[in-house]
Amino acid sequence: MTLHQFLDTAFGRLGWDALPFWEIVRHPHDGKAWLNGLIASGAASLVVFGALAVVVMLTRRRWWRSLWSGWLTSVDHKKIGIMYVILALVMLARGLVEATFMRAHQATALNDTGFLTPEHFGEFFTTHGTIMIFFVAMPFLTGLINYVMPLQIGARDVSFPVLNSISLGLTAAGAALVMVSLVLMPFSTGGWSGYPPYTERSFNPGAGPDYWIWAVTLSSLGSTLTGINFSVTVYKERAPGMHFFRMPLFCWTALCTSILMIFAMPPLTVATALLALDRYADFHFFTNDLGGNMMNYANLFWLFGHPEVYILILPAFGVYSEVFTTFSGKTLYGYRALVLATMCIAVLSFGVWMHHFFTMGQSAELNAVFGISTMLIGIPTGVKIFDWMLTMYRGQVRLTVPMIYALGFIMLFVIGGTTGIVLANPSVDYQVHNTLFLVAHFHNMLIPGTLFGMLAGYTMWFPKAFGFRLDEIWGRRAALGWIAGFVLAFFPLYGLGLLGMPRRLHAYVEPAYLPFTVVALVGTLLIVAAFACLCVQLWVSVRDRDHLSVRAGDPWDGRTLEWATSAPPPEYNFPVVPTVESKDPFTHEKLDGKALQSPDDWQDIEMPRNAALGLVLGLVGFLGCFGLVWYMWWLVVLAALAGLGAVIARSFTRNTTKTISADEVRAQYMEWLENVRALPLTVRSQESSRANNGRAMPVMKEQQ
Amino acid sequence: MPLTLAVRDRKRSPEPPVAISRAASAVAVAALVALPGCDGIHITFLDPQGPVAAQQRTHFLIILGMMAIIVLPVLVLTPWLAFRYRYGKHNAYKPDWNFSWKWEVLLWGTPAVIVVVLGVFLWRNTIALDPYKPLLTSGPPIRVQAIGYDWKWLFIYPDLGIATVDELAFPVGGQLALDLTSQTVMQAFFVPALGSQIYAMSGMVTHLHLAADAPGRFRGRNTQYNGMDFAQQRFEAVAMRADDFDAWVQKVREAGPLDSRARAILAAQNTAQEAAQNLGVTMPLRFGSVPPDMFVQTSQPVAAAKP
Ligand code: HEM
Repeated sequence: MTLHQFLDTAFGRLGWDALPFWEIVRHPHDGKAWLNGLIASGAASLVVFGALAVVVMLTRRRWWRSLWSGWLTSVDHKKIGIMYVILALVMLARGLVEATFMRAHQATALNDTGFLTPEHFGEFFTTHGTIMIFFVAMPFLTGLINYVMPLQIGARDVSFPVLNSISLGLTAAGAALVMVSLVLMPFSTGGWSGYPPYTERSFNPGAGPDYWIWAVTLSSLGSTLTGINFSVTVYKERAPGMHFFRMPLFCWTALCTSILMIFAMPPLTVATALLALDRYADFHFFTNDLGGNMMNYANLFWLFGHPEVYILILPAFGVYSEVFTTFSGKTLYGYRALVLATMCIAVLSFGVWMHHFFTMGQSAELNAVFGISTMLIGIPTGVKIFDWMLTMYRGQVRLTVPMIYALGFIMLFVIGGTTGIVLANPSVDYQVHNTLFLVAHFHNMLIPGTLFGMLAGYTMWFPKAFGFRLDEIWGRRAALGWIAGFVLAFFPLYGLGLLGMPRRLHAYVEPAYLPFTVVALVGTLLIVAAFACLCVQLWVSVRDRDHLSVRAGDPWDGRTLEWATSAPPPEYNFPVVPTVESKDPFTHEKLDGKALQSPDDWQDIEMPRNAALGLVLGLVGFLGCFGLVWYMWWLVVLAALAGLGAVIARSFTRNTTKTISADEVRAQYMEWLENVRALPLTVRSQESSRANNGRAMPVMKEQQ
Repeated sequence: MPLTLAVRDRKRSPEPPVAISRAASAVAVAALVALPGCDGIHITFLDPQGPVAAQQRTHFLIILGMMAIIVLPVLVLTPWLAFRYRYGKHNAYKPDWNFSWKWEVLLWGTPAVIVVVLGVFLWRNTIALDPYKPLLTSGPPIRVQAIGYDWKWLFIYPDLGIATVDELAFPVGGQLALDLTSQTVMQAFFVPALGSQIYAMSGMVTHLHLAADAPGRFRGRNTQYNGMDFAQQRFEAVAMRADDFDAWVQKVREAGPLDSRARAILAAQNTAQEAAQNLGVTMPLRFGSVPPDMFVQTSQPVAAAKP
């Protein structure tokens, strides 16, 4: 074997041209190549140096061991949830930077100018879309559900804790693949939907679409497993007395989302797998030639894609339900109607996928049927909006940060709903499909809907997870910044779409577009500022954590079980599994004076032991897919073998649980209880002040 | 509300009967303010130039108007509720109130009624504006076969034996009857000021009918991302008076033939301008004669791997 052959085998098709500054080397006299090369190199060095900095910090602070045993191999649903949210926030930062670049580019792109090369712009919208959907929204909601749902149903953990950490590992591996594509370029330019034949080898032979395929595949596998895990948890792990119709609405939405995940993610896995077969093994599922047909891809993709948007929105609806009832000090209006509406949405979401391609040439009647089924979803959604409003009606409304997000959500979401109804009409969709009107619409659903919901949930449950509240002032700044920034950044896009501006456009000649793009840029900068406020908030809150402490665990006068336990909760969540007698069980306990009791029958608790399988499979998944992208077949084989070996080895482990003795549990609990009982009750006017110690006087008592 | 296509005369085009919401007029105003900057090319259906676009705008405004019934109360009541029932001592507090049939009927009923009404509009307009159907009230069809290339459109006039690139002329009295396919990846053909968009896909043919009310120039483009020079894949649709159109056809006939060299150049990834350069001719790129079976050939399912 010559050296050349060896290198070919070792590195596959990875060459110098994958480096982000290679364009500069190739075109040293081209200003645009320089600029784009510098941007790409800057991003790549952020990834490399960021990773290095983390390694150095972990080493210097000697955190490796606690990271390993406390986090990476932990199968505690709470830790896994937190890791999901951290992943989402990190990726959100990248997605935002990309959005800013796109907006800045379009604001300077009149008369075919603009500072980004078309290739670079194409990668930007593709990575932005892929990241925001698969590595921001999905991990964020998965993280929140992971943290909150088992606590709300009174469970000790999810049904399959190790599977949970495998899901996290696979999702993180997908995210890592997208991050690595910054260093070893390029990523796909085919958009987040990756439509063939554009993404086929005959049109895009490079590594880009393969990065996209494998990142999305990893994430879809992780989400399928998550769906199975969550739904089984809701079915099987509820505390005694926690009937379905006593579950908090967040758990209902978690259940519906999980069911959607189980049925909607596999079509995506299949679609990307078939596309991979086309690209790697000369199949012809979606090619132009030899009987391939891209319309099959469009159907498969949206068979996933439409339920996916409800996967993204339902958990946010759940959060808003909790926010409105908690911060209005009132039971949820129309609980059963909300459950019914959630179920309706989940079912209907499988019957509307064709509205993503009304313009593909099918019969008008078919289009009309799908148009009407799409509009039907508007009914349960509208009902939900009114139910939340009626929850405020005759309540005790406090304008805390989650509530600001929720109010912003309601008002912006109805506007997004209106444009959704517009898009559901095939005859009008023929005008606005593929334009920025559509982009504005789905951001209108995803940002005020999903993202605000996630941020509201993050603010609400942060004190539960860490024992101290987030700083209120910076939180308000962030929330108002997000709302105002959203309006400025996306309402102009409605205008642009109506003026005929297509999406994914890197240059234009219509002067009419310019003012809109400039306003949108300003809005985007405001959003970036809001994100910065979130970072400052986190920093300030950690710094002031002693003043913000709510160890008693109930900072918001919560109504559901998770507020009954300490903040942060012990590994086993509840010292004794609670027995539930009604909806809003914690509120009733507080009113009846049954909260903060000491139970009398203490038992040993069996909890799952740490497992490295999730970490190993994530690592192996990442390496294997990296090998696939660059044709390093030896790496693919090695990774597959290692993965298989790890699974087999794990199946021989018998010692998978550990026991926490009743005495230890009791001691921990009694110590906490004594501390809490010594605390004064806080009233709601002190909610946002430092007097809030997490021991709440129910607002209903205050009013008597 | 006439839902036929009898709206060729723009003055007779139906005005939205429902009160147009503020949002709608704001959008329309914003658009109109922006319009003069477009050097005479019409770019949007908010200022419709043909019967299809006019009806689409009407439908659009009806939807906004109907939705205002939901949106406006929510926009007003949400802040009001948050303010009226803000934390503090007030007698209105009713912590256990959680259901009322009266409200329930209203909550499900209102959106349901709106959806039913909009559903009727949806059904009728979707059938009426089916892009495959000839426009009943517009004049005789001008057949055009459009082929999407990376990154330009070829328009073949099979009855006239001519072809153009990124230039779509037609006489005002007639209607464009387009057959579309793609020689490359999926594309979408769109002239917003005239009407609907439709995909063009390799190995398949889609159809579209458009007409203009008056002579004018309209921006057209591909709206489905297809690579580097996607943004450059724009063209002009021009509605001409009949005699101008005949003169235009005569001029096009003088151009060179669409021979195999020209076809190879078109099939390469380039813009219209670059293609003209490679062919050694000046823009606009036109062909005085076309092989008669060119569109049929291009739109056949491909049996062998393309290079
Ligand atoms: C927070 C501020 C955000 C800004 C300023 C922003 C901006 C943009 C821009 C400029 C585009 C390209 C539009 C075009 O095609 O011309 C885009 C596309 C997209 N964005 Fe965002 N975005 C933001 C947040 C989000 C979030 C939170 C999500 C999802 C949860 C999201 C999902 C997407 C998707 C799926 C696309 C389509 C990508 C494609 O064309 O394939 N974005 N966004």
